[in-house]
Amino acid sequence: MSNSVLAAIIAEHAGREGPLLPILHDVQAEFGCVSPEAEAQIAAALNLSRAEVHGVVSFYHDYTPTAEGRPVVQVCRAEACKARGVESLMPSAMAAAGDRVKLHTVYCLGLCATGPNARVGDRLHSRLDAPALAKIIENA
Amino acid sequence: MMLIKISDDALARALGADELAEAFAAKGHEVHRTSSWGMQWLEPLVEIDGKGFGPATLGDVDAILNGSSDKAIGVIEQHPFIAGQTRFTFARAGKTRPTSLADYHATGGWQGLMRARQIGPEQIIAEVLESGLRGRGGAGFPTGIKWKTVAGAVADQKYIVCNADEGDSATFADRMVMEGDPFQLIEGMAIAGEAVGATRGYIYVRSEYPDAIRKLNEALVQCADIIAPFVCEVRMGAGAYVCGEETSLLNSLEGKRGEVRAKPPLPALEGLFGKPTVVNNVLSLAAVPHILAEGGSAAYAQQGMGRSKGTMPIQLAGNIKHGGLYEVAFGVTLGELVNVIGGGTASGRPVKAVQVGGPLGAYLHPDQFDIVFDYEAYTAADALIGHGGITVFDDTADMGSMARFAMEFCAAESCGKCTPCRIGSTRGVELIDRIRAGGRKRDVIELAPQMQNTVKDQGRSVAEEVALLTDLCETMKFGSLCALGGFTPYPVMSALKHWPEDFAPEARAVLEAAE
Repeated sequence: MSNSVLAAIIAEHAGREGPLLPILHDVQAEFGCVSPEAEAQIAAALNLSRAEVHGVVSFYHDYTPTAEGRPVVQVCRAEACKARGVESLMPSAMAAAGDRVKLHTVYCLGLCATGPNARVGDRLHSRLDAPALAKIIENA
Repeated sequence: MMLIKISDDALARALGADELAEAFAAKGHEVHRTSSWGMQWLEPLVEIDGKGFGPATLGDVDAILNGSSDKAIGVIEQHPFIAGQTRFTFARAGKTRPTSLADYHATGGWQGLMRARQIGPEQIIAEVLESGLRGRGGAGFPTGIKWKTVAGAVADQKYIVCNADEGDSATFADRMVMEGDPFQLIEGMAIAGEAVGATRGYIYVRSEYPDAIRKLNEALVQCADIIAPFVCEVRMGAGAYVCGEETSLLNSLEGKRGEVRAKPPLPALEGLFGKPTVVNNVLSLAAVPHILAEGGSAAYAQQGMGRSKGTMPIQLAGNIKHGGLYEVAFGVTLGELVNVIGGGTASGRPVKAVQVGGPLGAYLHPDQFDIVFDYEAYTAADALIGHGGITVFDDTADMGSMARFAMEFCAAESCGKCTPCRIGSTRGVELIDRIRAGGRKRDVIELAPQMQNTVKDQGRSVAEEVALLTDLCETMKFGSLCALGGFTPYPVMSALKHWPEDFAPEARAVLEAAE
């Protein structure tokens, strides 16, 4: 954890109204997590308690306390994708993922008429069947 | 060389539109990346001289160019799905390049803002009131009244906050506005700023929409001088569904946990950073430029029925043959939307259930297909329009498991501030599991002779568990702080009412006996 990189992120957003979430987004993107050390440094810089910062970090799904080393594939399992059969793809998807890839359930990627849908990084995939989803997982 | 139009909407891109555009460009044609027409079952849709081809793959490129493609759908604007719509908010859909300021100018852009600046705050609010526009986020509160409240508040700073945390499954109209016509949303916010005296605006976009965030930022850079002195900024959410609730959204913008605030005070008086704040949904704000254009408010008010004026961008999703964006005046029946416009299920099997209004909306039975799209009609049927999303399920759906999922979703996304939602949702999952297991038997410990105070009977029957679930839903409905806990009972109780056999074989008899 580089303190100077973190300090630069904090300094970049410090003048904004409500700077905490933009800071946390950049920290998560830079380090892959928001660690307790980062929470402490952000708290000191924004004149907040560590508990306040930790409360925010632990509230939101996008922030994680430790970095995920594996590739992540997000699979939507909300109502519209369920109606289009995502649940029947899950056994083969889990088999394809094994321990190598992290399958992460999300609720809605906003492509609800052409599901099932998945997301890897900022790349979206739609109209998936079992082989297509398995291929995405293998290439992740 | 031909001019070829292909959408750069996230949905089209997820289905290979980028690769398709490159293939046409490689053959020496000019490719314009436009917004999406909203006919999502045909994406990626290729448009040449007004004629459409879809869903196109790389293998179709040559056939499309030489006119022999079997993917031809004819003239797009004459397609029944497009011709049947009344498009105000989506008037530019499919026609313009989303982040082209020139395209926006050429199609009537900024006329609403220019006129708003001439007529002044009072007249702007009068015209929004006259249009009958109601909040499109779900609550249906009259937009003009909200603006009037903020305009009347005295403060050194006021805010316009756009709620673009479109987390409901089956909704994508906000995304399509932000990706397809970002200037229209920004213009709507600038007009709102003009009306209430706010100079700062925030667009709170969920992190699941990276394309929308990128395009809004591109658009904001280009039009900063036009909307000045109004200043607008995009903020990204962090994966919390509950932040679509306006007060938790405000907390999130302030850099706090996205917990719901008790009302009053109303955000209109004490909102972002304690200042008077307009919080409007994307669709409400995006409807405003049209309403403020010459004669716009009267044209808007002419559409619709009863107290539901204007048009609603309805989103047809789930297991539906012709899914997509359908903007139409209020008053259309659910049966027409699902069976005629949507063409029934994609799987070809009979429709079993239709959920209207996202994860918190009721499941409607095909017997109820004559219900008309109107805020009051849905409320009367113990259902809600919400954000206008419609999810169709075929007869393979297990409604008991969908009811369980509604409770599970509420438990996962509850902000934890109020007890009915935080604890009730978890107890709800357990209750539905027990009903599906045929009731609750006494366990070994309870039956042990040493446990003198436990009742040594057969345990709780399905009838008693159903009564408990009903009671729990009543508590959540009336005791929760916001719509998450308050509306989760809608999908649960509607599923139980219409498809009790999906919960337990004896559940129908139990419900009939209870009535």
